[in-house]
Amino acid sequence: MANKLVKELTKGVVKENPTLVMLLGMCPTLAVTTQALNGIVMGLATTFVLLGSNIVVSALRKVIPDKVRIPAFIVIIASFVTVIGFLLEGFAPSLYDSLGIYLTLITVNCIIFGRAEMFASKNNVLYSACDAIGMGIGFTLALFIMGSVREILGSGKWLDMEIPVISDNPMLLFIMPAGGFFTLGVIIAMVNKFANRKPPQEIECGNCENCTNCAKSGECDKEKEENK
Amino acid sequence: MKTLGIILLSAMLTDNFVLSKFMGICPFLGVSKKLDSATGMGIAVTFVMICATIVTYPIHHGILVPNGLEYFDTVVFILVIALFVQLVETALKKLVPSLYKSLGVYLPLITTNCAVLGVTVLNIDNNYTFLQSIVNALGGGLGFMLALVIFSGVRKKLEYADIPETFKGVPATLIAASIVSVSFMGFSGLFN
Repeated sequence: MANKLVKELTKGVVKENPTLVMLLGMCPTLAVTTQALNGIVMGLATTFVLLGSNIVVSALRKVIPDKVRIPAFIVIIASFVTVIGFLLEGFAPSLYDSLGIYLTLITVNCIIFGRAEMFASKNNVLYSACDAIGMGIGFTLALFIMGSVREILGSGKWLDMEIPVISDNPMLLFIMPAGGFFTLGVIIAMVNKFANRKPPQEIECGNCENCTNCAKSGECDKEKEENK
Repeated sequence: MKTLGIILLSAMLTDNFVLSKFMGICPFLGVSKKLDSATGMGIAVTFVMICATIVTYPIHHGILVPNGLEYFDTVVFILVIALFVQLVETALKKLVPSLYKSLGVYLPLITTNCAVLGVTVLNIDNNYTFLQSIVNALGGGLGFMLALVIFSGVRKKLEYADIPETFKGVPATLIAASIVSVSFMGFSGLFN
């Protein structure tokens, strides 16, 4: 059992990293990572929501009827988002302002939906909590890396420390939206290079069970039909 | 007070939902491979955005604000959107089967498209009037469609490009998106 716990905890960090390997939750990854600090805060806020929703969904998995599970998951997730919104607004108003609307949009982050649907609704509370923490750390790590690269190159600073040389002539492009796409593309390529495997060709359907609420589900049905 | 035209164009071009606000990235990367699916998704999103605005705006100003329940926005909005998408899907299936065939597959996945929740929340945050909100939703939707359609063209070219092994697939797509985003930066400063 201890083995399984460790496995659930660690799989999200590297092997099944939600952002860099499974390509989920792209919107916040690109949007808030103009600074490393924002990335960390967004990652932790998402981890909080993920932990809460995984625990509640898992605890209620036998009570929620299958047909209304998606609205039920939505309400659970949105409630935790409201809670973290209040906490941040109260204790760290400046961070709350810099995350802005993206804090609300944690509600529709596919990582949280995906874990509720794929993991928490099938496993017990303890495993689901471990899964949430692992995935949350993986997501935070990815956001932190993204944020660091963009902040160092784009504004010549890192966590409020001036970086010599670069800070004289920062490449502004990196803190603009275009730089976000570029940095993420390069980081995903690097991860695949070092892991020695081919990069994902596109957001795949094959082995994904998250069809009902994934951006590709319409396409997925078509692909499955074509394959038949 | 911004005029409606400026709201429409800035939601479409300068503040494009996909390329400068990063909302709806998943469908942008997932559904933009073919032109017809990009158009279908774009129309479906535009439609749902406008309808979601028409539904959520009165709820916020008519029910939540008078009762001091603004903090329920997120929960209520997402539920309303989910409910509404379901409703539209059922209605289309019964009433206009031909339209359902072309748009139907895109509807269920719109629930978790952050652009739709995003536009309803932005309308409230920006203190838009009802009319301005609808125009903003229309502009956002059209901008979303524009980005998807343009990008589906770019991706078609990308398939024939000679890309290093490590970058093939998603990394190359993202870098192409970055270049499209740079071109949209050209619109910035269009309105002041």
